[in-house]
Amino acid sequence: MKIVIDLDLCAGHAQCEDAAPEVFRVNDEALVEVLMENPPESLRAKVEDAARRCPTDVISIVD
Amino acid sequence: MNRVAVVGASLAGLRATEALRRHGFGGDLTLIGEELHFPPYDRPPLSKELLKGTWEDERARLKVVDNLEVNLVLGRRAESVDLVGGEVTLDDGSTVGFDGLVVATGATCRTLPGTESMGGVYVLRTYDDCVALRQALADRPRVVVIGAGFIGAEVAATCRTLDLPVTVVEFLAWPMERVLGSAMGKWAIELHESHGAEFKMSTSVKGLVGGDKVEGVELADGTVLPADLVVVAIGVFPETRWLEGSGLTLENGVVCDATCRALGAENVVAVGDVARWYNKAFERDMRVEHWTNAIEQADAAARTLLSAPGESLPFVSVPYVWSDQYDKKLQYVGIVGEFIGVLEGSTEEGKFVAAFSSDGLLVGALCVNWPARMIRYKRAIQEHMTVEELGKGLP
Repeated sequence: MKIVIDLDLCAGHAQCEDAAPEVFRVNDEALVEVLMENPPESLRAKVEDAARRCPTDVISIVD
Repeated sequence: MNRVAVVGASLAGLRATEALRRHGFGGDLTLIGEELHFPPYDRPPLSKELLKGTWEDERARLKVVDNLEVNLVLGRRAESVDLVGGEVTLDDGSTVGFDGLVVATGATCRTLPGTESMGGVYVLRTYDDCVALRQALADRPRVVVIGAGFIGAEVAATCRTLDLPVTVVEFLAWPMERVLGSAMGKWAIELHESHGAEFKMSTSVKGLVGGDKVEGVELADGTVLPADLVVVAIGVFPETRWLEGSGLTLENGVVCDATCRALGAENVVAVGDVARWYNKAFERDMRVEHWTNAIEQADAAARTLLSAPGESLPFVSVPYVWSDQYDKKLQYVGIVGEFIGVLEGSTEEGKFVAAFSSDGLLVGALCVNWPARMIRYKRAIQEHMTVEELGKGLP
């Protein structure tokens, strides 16, 4: 799976980091950083949770 | 379980519906909502971007998963439920049968008694409320906001951004006191006053002055604040009126166990603003009115409904709420507590973290313009960090 983000929409809520800290982190510019652009399948549930919990729909998962 | 009815089609109900399908429910699924708009409008932008007019309205619609199989019943209010017979009765007399029920009817705005039909008086909860208020703000009124909680504070900030005069009247001593406590109150007032909003705290409202249209707000001391427009932002009550007499335990919401299963009803769960559940994260009952809770609890409650009572998992949650006011992004994680101190940054800089405790444990943190710190504090709260440990090293 591939993580695609729209940084213009990021408002720094960090819910993604909470759901999948292996994949997402909010940096000092208050924007999300993708730590793994192609996370392993084992992280799918967490990544999908992160996408759902983002208040501003930043994250898309492309299979 | 072959038929599930979800009553309430805003964020919690919609996400519960999606979660039920995601967790394998293949039966009949009906989603009942009072509002006509579908996909529903997300509520946070209603006091900010949509009210200010900086977003096109459509941008605020919630995204719905593709191919969601659900019977939508919109523009209908649930009036009562028969738990034994498994039937919800709607306001047009029609019924929806169910084996499993999700209560997601959220909360309803408190109003000032007797003022509901006075012109120029607004509440703000729904998209329709927002459109009406936005239109009225275009007339450039003198605004009085009653209530300095999150909604009142955001409406005040929006008014100032639109360069409208605004006075906020609040019964409690500090803005957002129910969530932030008192220590950050002074900072919050100064933030607003520096942008030209006037705050009258510890002030009761006696009533509204005016005939068909509001002309002023009368305070307890007899003073009348002139007002062309009044926003009543005095909070909400959980919408459980349709459940009275149903057999469910109703006490500041639908009372549920730790798994979000309603007390006394194996096939009923509650989600979102209406749900009062036992949160093991803090060993207490709580009802959370925040956005992220609706989503997270929807997932947990859906799983609970689809599992046997002995096998359901508790919904253990450290709540999160945010508020955008002027150039400040406030983020609060946890529950209200006693002020420990501003641990990082400073209020002068407008970038800081303040921490809160209860019984020697870290229970809450307020991050202003510092999202990078937020999840560290959330983890520390989840792991029951003590105040002593906090003193030895920040999360």
